[in-house]
Amino acid sequence: MSALLRLSGVACARGGRLLFKGLDLELGPGEAVHLTGPNACGKSSLIRLVAGLLRPAAGHIERSERLALADEDLALDRELPLGRALRFWNADSNGAMAAMGLAGLAEVPVRLLSAGQARRARLARVIASASPLWLLDEPLNGLDADGAERLEQAIIGHRQAGGALIAASHQPLGKGWRQLELGR
Amino acid sequence: MPVAFFLLVAALVPFAVGPDARLLERIGGGALWIAALTAALLPIERLVEPDRADGVLDQLRLHGVAEESIGAAKIAGHWLSFGPLLVLAAFPGAALLGLGPEPLKRVLVSLLVGTPGLAALSVAVAALTAGLPRAGSLAGLLLLPLAVPLLIFGAAVSGTGGEGPLALEAAVSITLLAASPFVAAAAMRAART
Repeated sequence: MSALLRLSGVACARGGRLLFKGLDLELGPGEAVHLTGPNACGKSSLIRLVAGLLRPAAGHIERSERLALADEDLALDRELPLGRALRFWNADSNGAMAAMGLAGLAEVPVRLLSAGQARRARLARVIASASPLWLLDEPLNGLDADGAERLEQAIIGHRQAGGALIAASHQPLGKGWRQLELGR
Repeated sequence: MPVAFFLLVAALVPFAVGPDARLLERIGGGALWIAALTAALLPIERLVEPDRADGVLDQLRLHGVAEESIGAAKIAGHWLSFGPLLVLAAFPGAALLGLGPEPLKRVLVSLLVGTPGLAALSVAVAALTAGLPRAGSLAGLLLLPLAVPLLIFGAAVSGTGGEGPLALEAAVSITLLAASPFVAAAAMRAART
């Protein structure tokens, strides 16, 4: 089983400040990494590095597959209904919307969604992407108990299908996660 | 909106320089081109920045879309949003300036050839200024000088016509069209934090 992600000696600098260096990480199918650490220690930066949206100051990142990212940005057309907005990114979004409890909101314009519903929409986009590697930046922010439960089920299904994920979260994420703490 | 602005500027010119018909006919082409430039400048802050701020550019990258393709698509979209309308507005615009059918034809040709280059330049400048404070003013400061070659040859085609200015206007327009997706792409990548 080849690794989905391999980081070797990765260093990250933001705004002239070195956040971390010498980071090694390897993710195989079914694995999950829980990223923790104090504010501004580089959790979001690491996620963006892995996503390829940021270049590392040093080191090497190998990704074997496509990625999906759920972060702060909604990236959905505010005027479109939710179903159509999600279908812009992935043609087959119905299953993902149902998984995150959004099936009844398909005709609602995105600008009318509540913050929690918008959170679920970001996660639905990741689920619909069918990418083997998920990157989640504070996925539990703004989610109620039902949303958190649905996310956990989606993650379990994803890992069982051979996918992997990295999630940065201040909140606990359940069992079976490798812990990676930055900023020590 | 760009059309309304275009006609407004065209309407202001006779008030500014006086009703001398011969003078207006001489400067009419150039005045319409200045109106086209200011109209193309209007939506510049909305061309790239909203997508950058909302994470759309990031998600497009993750879905495998090259930034150059995004730039090219935005150029096409921007041109469609003002190019054909401006060509249509040239009819009343020319009437406001007292231009006859021959000068009007030259204006139409110069707009058809030059507005794609203007759209390309606008998208590149929008990408370069996306995310910067006071981006609107910066974009104007950047766009207007860079648009001068297009303005010179576009106004020349509108005014006196001839093959030379038309060939040069087409050359400038094509160069802008060819280079802009790559400039915009580099700018979008650089704007990523």
